[in-house]
Formats: sequence, structure tokens, C-alpha cells
Amino acid sequence: MAENAAKLFDERERRISDAIALRVPDRVPILVFFGFFPARYAGMTVQEVMYDPEKIWQAQTKTLFDFQPDGDQNPYLLRYLGPILETLDFKQLKWPGHGLTSDHTYQFVEGEYMKAEEYDAFLSDPTDFIIRRYWPRVCGKLQGLEKLPPLHNIISYYMGIPTGFGAFSLPEVIEALETLKVAGQESAKIGSYVRKFGIEMKEAGYPVQFGGICQAPYDTLGDFFRGTKGIMLDMYRRPEKLIKACEKILPFMFEMAVAGTKISGNPRVFIPIHKGVDGFMSMDQFKKFFWPTLKDLMVALINEGLVPCPLWEGDCTSRLDVIKDIPPGKACYALEATDIVKAKEAFRDRVCIRGNLPLSILATGTPDDVRAYCKKLIDIAGPGGGYIMDSSTGLDDAKTENVKAMFEFTKEYGVY
Amino acid sequence: MDTKLVELMADLMEEETITLVKELIERGANPMDILDDARSAMELVGKRFETSEYFIPDLIMAGEILKEISEIVKPLLEKSGANAKKGKVLIGTVAGDIHDIGKDIVTFMLDVSGFDVLDIGIDVPVQIFIDKIKEFQPQVVGLSGFLTLAFDSMKKTVEAIEKEGLRDKVKIMIGGGQMDETVKVYVGADAYGKDAVAGVQLCKQWIGG
Repeated sequence: MAENAAKLFDERERRISDAIALRVPDRVPILVFFGFFPARYAGMTVQEVMYDPEKIWQAQTKTLFDFQPDGDQNPYLLRYLGPILETLDFKQLKWPGHGLTSDHTYQFVEGEYMKAEEYDAFLSDPTDFIIRRYWPRVCGKLQGLEKLPPLHNIISYYMGIPTGFGAFSLPEVIEALETLKVAGQESAKIGSYVRKFGIEMKEAGYPVQFGGICQAPYDTLGDFFRGTKGIMLDMYRRPEKLIKACEKILPFMFEMAVAGTKISGNPRVFIPIHKGVDGFMSMDQFKKFFWPTLKDLMVALINEGLVPCPLWEGDCTSRLDVIKDIPPGKACYALEATDIVKAKEAFRDRVCIRGNLPLSILATGTPDDVRAYCKKLIDIAGPGGGYIMDSSTGLDDAKTENVKAMFEFTKEYGVY
Repeated sequence: MDTKLVELMADLMEEETITLVKELIERGANPMDILDDARSAMELVGKRFETSEYFIPDLIMAGEILKEISEIVKPLLEKSGANAKKGKVLIGTVAGDIHDIGKDIVTFMLDVSGFDVLDIGIDVPVQIFIDKIKEFQPQVVGLSGFLTLAFDSMKKTVEAIEKEGLRDKVKIMIGGGQMDETVKVYVGADAYGKDAVAGVQLCKQWIGG
């Protein structure tokens, strides 16, 4: 690593960790969720970056080196998805060429991918449920796996082995296995780009923002399995099963986060928060269904020496007094539309705040609007440290001149 | 009015509500009255939502109960003339955006509030909005969108409505994930509604009822 880059790396890493530890850094750190902004900034379509790993590299490094945030985001995990999604015939997203035009960001397809009456099957053996029921539903090319018997019954020479493997000779199953082989190659390719990019950006002086990812168990269950409507109704119709399923998912989330941080060597764990925000459930429901397993997850991560970094989407103002209850200086809460004044009051001695600069201003306002809002944020949330500048959510359609204004102003005005 | 039915449903007691509906029918109650009670309960649910006692899951649960009641009661109704509606609202998610949960809740809340709602779906091209507005002639157009890419789609939709000479015939409201007052100004809409009940209130304010 060049000496200057090494120094910059250390400075940036210290700036971020100081803010998170509630110490006063040299200046307000600035980090952004890039989204598909780099593609637009580099004059490429969403489709191009989803399919061409070299173009992602160009787009991401151009954006990174031009704006110089205090941390980078490895773009391969969330952007280079085209080939693997196509291999699997993935049903949970629409993306350019698959239901959307070339310049539209990929979007999630809501669905009840696990039926209400399937809770028991999920609870009794989640892996079996995922392989034989869930994958076939979310991946068209893995439909053949439905034909498999429960693999936990193939145990030994007179327990399962003699006839247990029969299904593996069925043409549908063979097609699914062939698909998995190709998907495996695509995964390996993504992995090699992830590693290469991580190493080179470190050498260029940029720490990664996040080393791992996981979700609140309720969100994982609601987003991917039961659907928004399904899980909302479960709170009334089968509350005990819902809670049991969240508890079942909790260790999976922990395991996923730890694995990511071990590979990347970075302790920060991104946790996007979807279905627990204000309006999406009552406070009683939040305390009963959402918060317990999320808090357990975050505390477990902290005890492992990791740093949970949830992005509280939407408005979470009513949740502040509950969610501040975690070990102080050990986490970073990105806030989308939560009241920043109230958040600072609640979190001052507890948890670092990130973001809150409305994307609507970045996308439709002027650089003056942006500077004024950044000033407001730094004035309110900056005192005493514990604030990281960022947009309210992924930059996607922000105007270039506005992003520039956000960076320039923060680096100048944000000095302590 | 059966106040017990109204209360049970407004309290979202699903099983108890349905049991009572069945009992009432066995006792010869007028199915039309049961539906009226269900609507009264929905009004209460809407009020509780406004006062932040209820949230989206409660609206959805109330919607499920209403659906179950309708399924029991509607086959018993004689074909009577459709209820007079308060006014027409056309709603859709703009081009490029495939999100529908928010739009569906607004559609449902407008429907139970007595509006004639035409939901034209997700990822709706500008021209379809224009064609459907001409055909349906709504007083209010609701543009839904979750992502920032919807900003420009909304703007283009409003501009097309203007260009077709329809702008002064309709009020336009927007709502969804990344929308706010700033976006309302940017796209040239008349109002931004922060949730389904706000959307219903806007329609009441514009159309009456």
C-alpha cells in the first residue's frame, strides 16, 4: 500500500470508528449508500452494471475517486446480479431485461412465498423447507427440487440409502442440479470480484463501510417468506408461530453476519430495517414481534466484537426510546425520515446517527438546498461526535451537482 | 345498527365477528344492515388509524374481516341498485415502478369510504393513464410510487395530463415510499398524502362526502 493511501485509510477508518464510539472525530465522516448512482454518474445503464463486472468496477471507482467518501461499498454483492439471477430464473426480483427497461433499478416482487399453513414445516426443519419448497418457488430453474424426498431421512445403509437417492435420477432434479452447478460458478465469479475489489480499494485508501449483512428476523420472514400482508395478518392469526419462526431465524442471521465479517475483515454489519418502522405496526406489536429478536441479534453481534449498523427505513421517531436500549457506542443507526432533533436527544450518549439528508432534496433540489440541509444536520446531530453524513437512503437518482455539494460542504463545515 | 357487531369488528376480533355475523343471519337479520354495520366499523377503524391507535396491519386485518363478511353476506343480497358513490378516483403506480402494497391499501380505503375507485395497476405507462382518465373521467387521480425513479414518471404523467387538456378536470395526489412535499412540487401534483387515510381525506375534501 502506498504510504499516503495507508495514511488515508487509517484516517478514514478512525473517523468512522470515532463517530460510532461516540468520540469526537476530526470531522463529520461522510458515507453513502451508492445504489445505482455510480452507473448513472459513469454514463452507464443499470443493465450494463448488473451484467458487466468490468463496468461495475469502472463506475464504482470513478465515483469513489471523484467524491472520496470515508468508506466504500463493495458493489459486487448488490449490483453484479444479472448472470446469477438469470441462471436461476429468479422470481423475487424484476430487473432490466426481465420485466424492467435497461435503466430501471431492480425491484422486489412481493409474494407469499411461504403459505400460512406451512409454518409447522418451516419450524420443524427450515433447511428442508428452504431447499424443497422455497427455492423451487423463488427460482424457476430449481423447481425440480420439489421432487426430492426429505433428505434428513437418508441416514444409513438400511435407513434411507437403498431407495432414498432415487429422486436424483429424475430429469427435473437433474436440471436443477445442473442449474446449481452453473449458479455455483457464477457465485465463485462474484466472490472473486468481491475479494479483488476489497483488496484494491484498501490499497487505494478506502475502508469498506460494511463487512457483513443480515436482517431483523421478522424482516427476513416477512420480506422473503410470508410477504408484507401475510406477516401482518400473522400477528393476529398465529402470533406464537410468528414469534417461534423469528427465534428460529435469529441464529441464521447471526451466522450470516459473522461469516461476512470474517471474509471481509471488517466488523460493521449492515442491517436494513423494513417492516418494524412507524406505521407498519403498533408500538405493542413492535415490542412483541419485532424488537426482541432484533435486539438479541444486535447484542450477540456486539458481544462477538462486531458493529451492528441498521438502516432504519421510513420514520422511526416513535421507536426511539425502545431502540436506544443497546450497549452505548457499539452501533450505528442510519435514519431515513426519523425526526433528527428527537433522535439526537435520544441517542446522544447511546448510538451514532447516520444519514437523514432527504433523497428527495438530492434528486429534485438545488446545491443550495442541499448545503442548507447538511448544515442543519451537522448543527443538530454533529455536536459531541456520533454523526455520519449520508443521504436518507440509496443515492440512485440524486443529481450529480447535489451529491458534490453534499460532499464539499460536509468536508468543509463538518470539521470539529 | 348492531353495536356489538360494529365494536367487535372495529376491535379486529375476527373469529367473534364472523361468528356473530353467522348468528345474525340465522336469526333472520337483513344482510344489507350487516354490511352497513361493517362499513360503520371500517369508519371507526379509519378514525383509530388517524389518531395513531391503529396502523397498517390493523387496516389490512380490518380489510380481511370485511372481505369475509362480504363473502357470507353478498350471496344473500338481492340484486339491488348499486349504492350511490361519492365520486370517482383513478389510481395507479407510475411507469417503471412495480410496488403495489401502498396503492392497494389506498384503493381499499377509498372503496370502503364510498368512492368509485378504478385501480389501473402497477408500472402504468403515461398513455394508459391518459386513456383511462378519458374513459373513466375521475375527479381525482392518485399516482403511486415507491422509488425515486417514480419522480420523473410522475412528472411525465402530470405533464401529459396537462398536455391533453385534462389537468383542470382532475385533482392529482401522490403518495408512496420516497414521496414528500418536495416531490409534490417537483412533479406538479396538487397534494401529497402521507398515508391511506390522508389520501381518503384529500378525496373527501376535493369531491365531498
